[in-house]
Amino acid sequence: MEFLNYLISGISLGSIYAIIALGYTMVYGIAKMLNFAHGDVIMVGGYISFCTVFYLGLPSWLSVLIAMAVCTVLGVVIEGLAYKPLRSAPSLAVLITAIGVSYFLQNAALLIWGATPKVYVPVVEGSMPLFGGKLSISYVSLLTVVVCIIIMVGLTLFTGKTKMGKAMRACSEDKGAAQLMGINVNRTISMTFAIGSALAAVAGVLQCSFIPMLEPTTGSMPGIKAFTAAVFGGIGSIPGAFLGGLLLGIIESLAKAYISTQLANSIVFAVLIIVLLVRPAGLLGKYVPEKV
Amino acid sequence: MAVILDVQDMNVYYGAIHAVKGISFQVEEGEIVTLIGANGAGKTTTLQTVSGLLRSRTGSITFMGQNISAVPAFKLVSHGLAQVPEGRRIFLQMTVEENLEMGAFTQGSSAVAPHMERVYAQFPRLKERRRQIAGTLSGGEQQMLAMGRALMSDPKLLMLDEPSMGLAPILVEQIFDIIQQLNKAGSTILLVEQNAQMALSVAHRGYVLETGRVTLTGPGRELLEDEAVKKAYLGS
Ligand SMILES: Nc1ncnc2c1ncn2[C@@H]1O[C@H](COP(=O)(O)OP(=O)(O)OP(=O)(O)O)[C@@H](O)[C@H]1O
Ligand SMILES: [Mg+2]
Repeated sequence: MEFLNYLISGISLGSIYAIIALGYTMVYGIAKMLNFAHGDVIMVGGYISFCTVFYLGLPSWLSVLIAMAVCTVLGVVIEGLAYKPLRSAPSLAVLITAIGVSYFLQNAALLIWGATPKVYVPVVEGSMPLFGGKLSISYVSLLTVVVCIIIMVGLTLFTGKTKMGKAMRACSEDKGAAQLMGINVNRTISMTFAIGSALAAVAGVLQCSFIPMLEPTTGSMPGIKAFTAAVFGGIGSIPGAFLGGLLLGIIESLAKAYISTQLANSIVFAVLIIVLLVRPAGLLGKYVPEKV
Repeated sequence: MAVILDVQDMNVYYGAIHAVKGISFQVEEGEIVTLIGANGAGKTTTLQTVSGLLRSRTGSITFMGQNISAVPAFKLVSHGLAQVPEGRRIFLQMTVEENLEMGAFTQGSSAVAPHMERVYAQFPRLKERRRQIAGTLSGGEQQMLAMGRALMSDPKLLMLDEPSMGLAPILVEQIFDIIQQLNKAGSTILLVEQNAQMALSVAHRGYVLETGRVTLTGPGRELLEDEAVKKAYLGS
């Protein structure tokens, strides 16, 4: 029973990582860059949701939608101002810019909301008892898992079936050839940032509902872990991000329970390193034969 | 016949490298025009500049009476320009059908099916393999896919960059047959080739490029007979 409890909390934690990792992986797949500011967009999402509930007294579900809208705009603006001018710059320059954007967002949050942690009111409360109360699943956990699955299925359908989604895949393979098809690559990249950032807002709300504390650095650790999850599953792969996120959450939760709370993070990263040694492309990273 | 593509004084640089040095050429409606030249002559650079992926520092590129030298590459497809790039550059992880759909990206959804039927009629092999991942096609099939994909936008001018590259002689023949068929069916074609023999025998007119300059131009048949061309490109 105890094990099941840890497993459930691992799955819901992993679902949050998976949602963040999906954003990371989409942006990486299409823009070929690691957007290290992605984690901080989660934090902004959390604060927006907090403010709309706390100061404006809006219902939680509406606060989520507002957070998504604000983060979508933020993501597109960040891409347009910071990354777009560097489209043909070396990837190191882009990486450093992304780290800069990350610090900028954290410090802006510090300036606006201060350093004192805010207490976030979870979007849903309570829990569902199972097996006559021996086990209980919080509604936040349930919601997180359900939302994660919906997002993953939605993205799979979007990239597999819609014209825009296919255009994204085309851009991710070959931007020059995509332009020769008439695809507006800049617009496609903005669109990817929009989707990734909206997902970050959802992840922010869920993360804060899970650990109801909000400060300017709230997004960094989940951001880094989700990045790890994306690499773990095979960066650029949507099912890979999902699987990587879930596994990471489970490993972390079980490591905390049975090994050591302090060491849990180290164990998570050690597993990543081992997986990458065995499978450099990640769990679901694929190798496509190329003919000349 | 009307000139549909008119390139004047094209100069293209890669940083300090001056790759195309003041090239001018024209393509008339209904023609097959070929640019031939050795490795590094500037053929690919010229095509990429016409399709907007690179920019010329001087001169003008006029397509269907409109100056397109500053139009972004992705907008040129709806002007009626399509390019089969060097090395094919099909989307290897997408299916054959998805590649063709991408070719029709600028078309309304109702135009996709008829265009696809036409491409499948031209390349029955692609129809058989339409659910297959493009990266698993043979080299010849990939070339057909690249051509089919470009035809999906129903272009006024089709530009082909070394379609015979890396193909067995029998497939080269087949590709050139297809080029002639397409032309007979009304397509105007700008063909870049290293295989001068084949290119000049199907082309109405040809331009010989040498290190970024046009050194010779004339009807395909005449260039085939030209002593200098024979010596440099036809191996005789
Ligand atoms: N991306 C690039 N950066 C720098 N120089 C380049 C680049 N691409 C091409 N060049 C140079 O420009 C010149 C023309 O190249 P281009 O690819 O247009 O030749 P080509 O005629 O198509 O040759 P090939 O028949 O081998 O395809 C060459 O000297 C080449 O080295
Ligand atoms: Mg070339």
